[in-house]
Amino acid sequence: MAFPQDIDALTKAFSGFGVDENAIIWILGKWYPEQRRSFRKGCSQFFWEDERLFERWDDNHIAFLEREFLRFKNAMVLWILHPWERDARMAKEALKNREYDILIEIACTRSSEELLGTRRAYHSLFDHSIEEDVAYSVHDNNRNLLVALVSSYRYEGPKVNEEIAKKEAKTLWEAFKNVNKNPIEDGEVVRIITTRSKLHLKSVFNHYKVVSGKNIEEDLEEDSSLKDAIQCLSSPKAYFSRILDIAMMGGADEKHKEALTRIIVTQADAYMKEIAEEYLQQYGVSLSQKIEETTKGNYKDFLLTLVSRGV
Amino acid sequence: MSTLVVPESIPSAIEDCEQLRKAFQGWGTNEKLIISILAHRNAAQRKIIRQTYAEKYGEDLLKSLERELTSDFEIVVLLWTLDPTDRDAFLANEATRKWKATNQVLLEIACTRTSNELLSARQAYHARFKRSLEEDVAYHTTGDFRKLLVPLVSSYRYEGPEVNTTLAKSEAKILHEKIKEKAYNHEDVIRILTTRSKEQLIATFNNYNNDFGNAINKDLKADPKDEFQAALRALVKCLTRPEKYFEKALRLAINKNGTDEFALTRIVTTRAGVDMKKIKEEYQRRNSVPLERAIGSDTSGHYEEMLLALIGHGES
Repeated sequence: MAFPQDIDALTKAFSGFGVDENAIIWILGKWYPEQRRSFRKGCSQFFWEDERLFERWDDNHIAFLEREFLRFKNAMVLWILHPWERDARMAKEALKNREYDILIEIACTRSSEELLGTRRAYHSLFDHSIEEDVAYSVHDNNRNLLVALVSSYRYEGPKVNEEIAKKEAKTLWEAFKNVNKNPIEDGEVVRIITTRSKLHLKSVFNHYKVVSGKNIEEDLEEDSSLKDAIQCLSSPKAYFSRILDIAMMGGADEKHKEALTRIIVTQADAYMKEIAEEYLQQYGVSLSQKIEETTKGNYKDFLLTLVSRGV
Repeated sequence: MSTLVVPESIPSAIEDCEQLRKAFQGWGTNEKLIISILAHRNAAQRKIIRQTYAEKYGEDLLKSLERELTSDFEIVVLLWTLDPTDRDAFLANEATRKWKATNQVLLEIACTRTSNELLSARQAYHARFKRSLEEDVAYHTTGDFRKLLVPLVSSYRYEGPEVNTTLAKSEAKILHEKIKEKAYNHEDVIRILTTRSKEQLIATFNNYNNDFGNAINKDLKADPKDEFQAALRALVKCLTRPEKYFEKALRLAINKNGTDEFALTRIVTTRAGVDMKKIKEEYQRRNSVPLERAIGSDTSGHYEEMLLALIGHGES
C-alpha cells in the first residue's frame, strides 16, 4: 500500500505548471507494482475504471502531462535560440494559430533593429517575407494593422514634434469617439500607431489624456488588436506583467500558460528588472515568489534563475 | 551593367584628395579636374576619398563641393558623391515632401533597389531626418496612394529564387479579377504587389499573360489618364523590367519643355553604377538616337560633361 502522503505528493507533482521531477524520482521510482496499483485506484483525478477491469489513464491527462514535461525543454530551446530566429519562429507559429496578440507583442516591444533582424531571419527560415505571410494569412480587419506593424522601422532618436503629437492625439480621440467606424479601419489611426516613433507616441498618449480626460487604453475595446498594440507601445512593462499574472492564474488555459515561458525568456535580458518591479507593485507579491508558488521542478528552477539574473 | 569607366590603376585616395583640393583653389574651380576624378570612381572608392579628404582637410568633401560649385553641375556632383544609401534617403525625402500623384520616385526607389539597399536607405533616413521614411510617406500621402506607398517603402521582400507556381497562378487570377472589376485599389492587389518577392511576381505576371491573353500592364491601361493605374504600371515595370521604366523616365525628362534636370540627374547618378548600359540600349532601341546625343543636345557646359562621363561617353 502506498502512503497517503506519497500519493498526495505524486498527484501534486503531476498537476500544474511543469512537473516535480524530484518527487517523481524519489517516490514513484521506489514503488513496487502494488503501490503503483493503489495509486491508480486511489487517484480518481487521473484514472478511471475501464469496463474491462483495469485502471485506465485519462487521455486528456496524458496529453496534459506531455505538455507539462515539455515546458522545461521548450523554455531551454527558446533561451538558446538567436533572438532573431526565436522571434521569427514565434511569429510563424502565432500566425498559424491566429494568435495576433503575440505578433503584436513582437512587433511593438522589440527595438527597430531587433525587429529588422527578425525579418531577416524569417527570410532564411521560411523563404518568404514576414509581411507577405501576414498579409496572406490575415483576412479580417486586423490585416492592415498587423502588416504595417511587422513592417515598421521606427525612428528611435530623441526628436519629437510636439505640435504634430498634439494634433495626432486629437485625431485619435475623434476616431475613437466615432461610433460608426471601427477605429482599426481608420487609416489615420493605423498610420499614427504603426509609423510614429515610440517617443513621439508617448507624447501623443500624454496629449490624449489631456484632450479626453482618460488614458487612451480606457477608451478602447477590450480584446482588440488596437488596444494590445497601444499597450505594448505605451507601457510594455505593464503589458508584460499583466500577461504574466494571467498566465499564473488558476485555471489558465494552455495559450495563456505558454506566455509565462515566452515572456520570461524573451525579457530576461531586456526589461526583466522593470517587469518584476511593476509586477510587485500591481499584484502585491514578488514575481519570483509567484513563480515559486505556481510552477514545479526543473521548469520552475530554470525560470527563477532567469528572473533573478537581472533583478 | 554599369557604364562607369574606372581606370585600371587609379591614384591613391590621398592623391585624389590633393587633386580635388587643387581644383577648388585659386580663381574659380577646375570643373574638368573634378569630373576627371569623381566621375571615374565607384561607390567604394568615392567613400574612401570622402573619408580621406575629411581626415586631411578637416572638412567634408560635400561641403567643399557645395561651396565651390553651382547650379545643375553642383547637384549632379553632390548626388554622385553621396553614398548610395544616403542618396536614396535624400531622394526619398525630396519626393515625399513634394509628393504629387504623378510623382513616381518613391515607387522607383522602393522597387528597383534590392531589399537590403532599401533597408539601408531607411536606416540612413533615420539618421538624416530624425523620422522614419514610412511615417513621412504616410503623413504626406493620402487615399489609395498612401495604401500603396506605405507598405511599398516598408517592404523587405524575400530575395531568393523560390517560387510557388500554384500561388503564382492563383494570384494572377486574383489580379485579373480585380482589374476587370476596376478595383485597382483592392487590398489583395496591393498585398500581392507590395509583399511578394520579385521572382514570385515575375512568375505571377507570366501566368497572367498566359492565362488571360494580355500583359498585366495592358489591362492596367483602361484609363490612360488615371494616375493610380499609371502608378501600378510603373510599379510592375520597375519590378520586372527596370530598364524600360528608366528609359521612359529619361525620355520624359529630356523631352519636357526645358528639360527636367533634377530627374535627369537623379536617374543618371542612381543608375550609372548599376544598369545604365541596359538603359542606354533600351533608349537607343526606343528613340533611334543614342542617349549621349539626346543629353548632349539638351544640356550644356560642365553639367553635360559630367552626365556624359557617368554614362560612359568620352575618354576616361
